Amino acid sequence: MVNKDLSVTLCGIRLANPVVPASGTFGFGLELADTFDLNVLGGISLKGTTREARYGNPTPRIAECSAGMSNSVGLQNPGIEALVSDKAPALRKIYRGAIIANISGYSVEEYAHNCARADACPDIDILEVNVSCPNVHGGGMAFGTDPASAAAVTRAVRAVTRKPVFIKLSPNVTDIVSIARACEDAGADGITLVNTFLGMRIDIRKRRPVIANKTGGFSGPAIFPVALRMVWQVAHACSIPVMGCGGVRRAEDVIEMMMAGATAVQIGAENLRNPMACPEIITALPALMDSLGIDSLQEIIGII
Amino acid sequence: MQKSLFSIKSNDPVARDTYRMVLLTDRPVTMRSGQFVDIALPEYYLRRPISVSDTLPNGIVLYYKVVGEGTRAMSGMQPGMQLDLLTGLGSGFHPEKCRESALLVGGGLGAAPLFLLARELMNLGRSVSVVLGFNRADEIFLAEEFRSLGLPVHLATMDGSVGTKGFVTDAVAAGRPAFDCFYTCGPLPMMKAVCRALDTPGEVSLEERMGCGAGFCYGCSIQTARGPQRVCADGPVFDKEDVLW
Repeated sequence: MVNKDLSVTLCGIRLANPVVPASGTFGFGLELADTFDLNVLGGISLKGTTREARYGNPTPRIAECSAGMSNSVGLQNPGIEALVSDKAPALRKIYRGAIIANISGYSVEEYAHNCARADACPDIDILEVNVSCPNVHGGGMAFGTDPASAAAVTRAVRAVTRKPVFIKLSPNVTDIVSIARACEDAGADGITLVNTFLGMRIDIRKRRPVIANKTGGFSGPAIFPVALRMVWQVAHACSIPVMGCGGVRRAEDVIEMMMAGATAVQIGAENLRNPMACPEIITALPALMDSLGIDSLQEIIGII
Repeated sequence: MQKSLFSIKSNDPVARDTYRMVLLTDRPVTMRSGQFVDIALPEYYLRRPISVSDTLPNGIVLYYKVVGEGTRAMSGMQPGMQLDLLTGLGSGFHPEKCRESALLVGGGLGAAPLFLLARELMNLGRSVSVVLGFNRADEIFLAEEFRSLGLPVHLATMDGSVGTKGFVTDAVAAGRPAFDCFYTCGPLPMMKAVCRALDTPGEVSLEERMGCGAGFCYGCSIQTARGPQRVCADGPVFDKEDVLW
């Protein structure tokens, strides 16, 4: 393979390749440090973090589905101080790529506080603000299903950081484009989409929902075409970069997401099925690019 | 954690709804008792976590019960078929914690991981007694294998068809084995009763619906006396004092 260029540039930050494990499917990176060399990854989006430590939801938190899975972990995390003083510095010691902090909150003020703390952490490169978690009440997705509240969160975090701010959006909306545009107008540097689709499974023998929280976020290959459509819509409606996410499981899907307009591509549920998914995809990309006549991934972003 | 291909050497029913699967690979397998493998099944999205019952130089022995679609599909798999496994998952039992004599208490399929533990304890020179509980006689498995190691095995069945009628705790009371610590695996109410009834140190192997099986999705976290713990990576084996029944 002659000189295939996998690198992309995201808000001025060069990623060695567009492959980024999605928040919530890769812990804080450290959990997989013994499984493969993390430095093959373009970036790592860390587990969603709130101001205080959270245990999250009761178990069962996981339900298998056809071509995917539902989860309702409920933002289990050690809190923002543990992220900035422990997790991110520990990851930086072993990882050279882009470290993306995923920030959650229960109020506009909490989002701003957490982003200010992350801004002060030199080991964090990009802030990904999660206004789309379907598994917590009174927070998360409530902020991402309406253009005005998504813009309010964006403005508040924009005011406290000079690091690139991506807003991670929910697909559980009528008009994804109006919300993405509202975030761009409020100062977002990029958009990550999509988070999980609100779903449900019932155990017909026990006559109760499989997941203790009753509903959960559905992800996996089944959602890929819907996620791809939303990436395509938003990438063409906005002038800020998009990190595409949703059902990506192989190198072909990465190319498809980039052709639809994604600058970087996140891998989510597939990590749970195959912890080697990201390095396997990265390894497969050069030969696939060769067969498709692609020399540089940058040249295919948004060609559709 | 390692990801590798295994081929099915055998896959046979050994008791009611219970199968024994032997899987071989092309390199040495090092796993400790209480650890588990996570098996990718064709047509099913998530892997199936199954505890290791014994290790071979180049393979592992598993027991599984048909409880749903995935395990039903497993029961139809033929020798020669290849399966993608994650191995070396979980914390495992700690046989070195036993001073002289150990009591192993298994309920139903929970007997499986105790077999490798029994061999590890014997290698350390500890004496081992085994108590196994089943609902009925046709569910009994592994009892003869434990006996062929030379170990005393006390059985309990709920219907009284074999051994002591009642719970494993009734069989412990009837058999009066000597032990300074115990190890248990089985249904949660059984393990709770065992931990209440026995006042020595003990370890329990828990079960939870898992996502990744390797500690990075936080899908199987439980509250313990030591705070939130992931059953897959911090467990599945916990000290009895850590479990909040």
